[in-house]
Amino acid sequence: MLSQKTKDTLLGPLNVNNPVVVQVLGICSALAVTVQLKPALVMGIAVTIIVAMANVIVSLIRNTIPMRIRIIIQLVVVAALVTLVSEVLKAFAYDVAMQLSVYLGLIITNCILMGRLEAFAMTNNAWDSFLDGLGNGFGYAIILVIVAFFRELLGSGALLGYQVIPDSWYAAGYENCGMMMMPAMALILVGCIIWAHRSINKEEK
Amino acid sequence: MEHALSLFVRSIFADNMIFAFFLGMCSYLAVSKTVKTSAGLGVAVTFVLLITLPVNYLLQVYVLNPLGLGYLSFILFIAVIAAIVQIVEMVVEKFSPSLYASLGIFLPLIAVNCAIMGGSLFMQQRIILDPENVKAITGIGDAVMYALGSGIGWFMAIVCLAGIREKMEYNDVPKPLQGLGITFITVGLMALAFMCFSGLNI
Repeated sequence: MLSQKTKDTLLGPLNVNNPVVVQVLGICSALAVTVQLKPALVMGIAVTIIVAMANVIVSLIRNTIPMRIRIIIQLVVVAALVTLVSEVLKAFAYDVAMQLSVYLGLIITNCILMGRLEAFAMTNNAWDSFLDGLGNGFGYAIILVIVAFFRELLGSGALLGYQVIPDSWYAAGYENCGMMMMPAMALILVGCIIWAHRSINKEEK
Repeated sequence: MEHALSLFVRSIFADNMIFAFFLGMCSYLAVSKTVKTSAGLGVAVTFVLLITLPVNYLLQVYVLNPLGLGYLSFILFIAVIAAIVQIVEMVVEKFSPSLYASLGIFLPLIAVNCAIMGGSLFMQQRIILDPENVKAITGIGDAVMYALGSGIGWFMAIVCLAGIREKMEYNDVPKPLQGLGITFITVGLMALAFMCFSGLNI
């Protein structure tokens, strides 16, 4: 159904060309919103929507953008989309919007956005750009969910807010690892994910 | 005065942009290979923060708040930042070509550095805090101090990491962990060390 090229555009960023662990883009928010699974999921979805939409818009107007001021134009397109998403979140999911706080606004300066707009949307047509945006958004979301899964499970013994570690474990002396809630552990976890990702991908080659 | 000073010290150590909020991580990881270039980027970030944050503070307090246009803040802030970065670039090029040559490539990239935008967004949150709160920004003086402190904190963090990475060149790191992986773990350990400042109460 999809040609090889579009398939690569869509699926490449999920693993081989992942925006977070391979291209090292969008680290700031990936680390900050992953204390719990729910804000991480919302953030992943928000970024996916914004990357895909921004890619389409910039790709449609790419031939009319003067080269010298293209960064400002791209930033304004992204900022308008982020404002929309943040107002929608504030209206329908206020508590999550508060948890994400400034990191929602910081999607504007998320390097994934600028990186994809510069590297892909400025030179490709709208449909390919849309797929590229979706792929990169999902690639970002996957890493977010993995990190958040471990941090919430080990840090507060819960997933999506529901307790999963049985009370009998706590009675037997099991303790939540408070370290996981600290910013520092997010960095170390991402370091370990990169380690695992690189060793697995090398074996495949 | 006392309040501004405590805000300044807190923003360097306890509320460090890198170790507490992960802001400006992309360029932080990409440019921290040598001490010299990282110091240049640190200076540039501090400088741009010092200009954009007070400007955005004035806009927020005297334009957006009275007109009730708070929802436009993202677009306004990013436009201000992009414009000021452009102006700073031209001014530096005109009056100090040597500084321009050493900062050259980093200057335009600062527009999309999360630390700059993050500084403005944190400032926006801190305006509405109770003035007694140590984190509150109550006037333009506080905004300048906060910008300076955040900038210096960022500068210090990137120079420290560059120093460690220069030393680590000769270490025997497992193959898949080399480069990015070990850098993340290093930053994580540095962040652990910086956590000891979080209880700081001045």
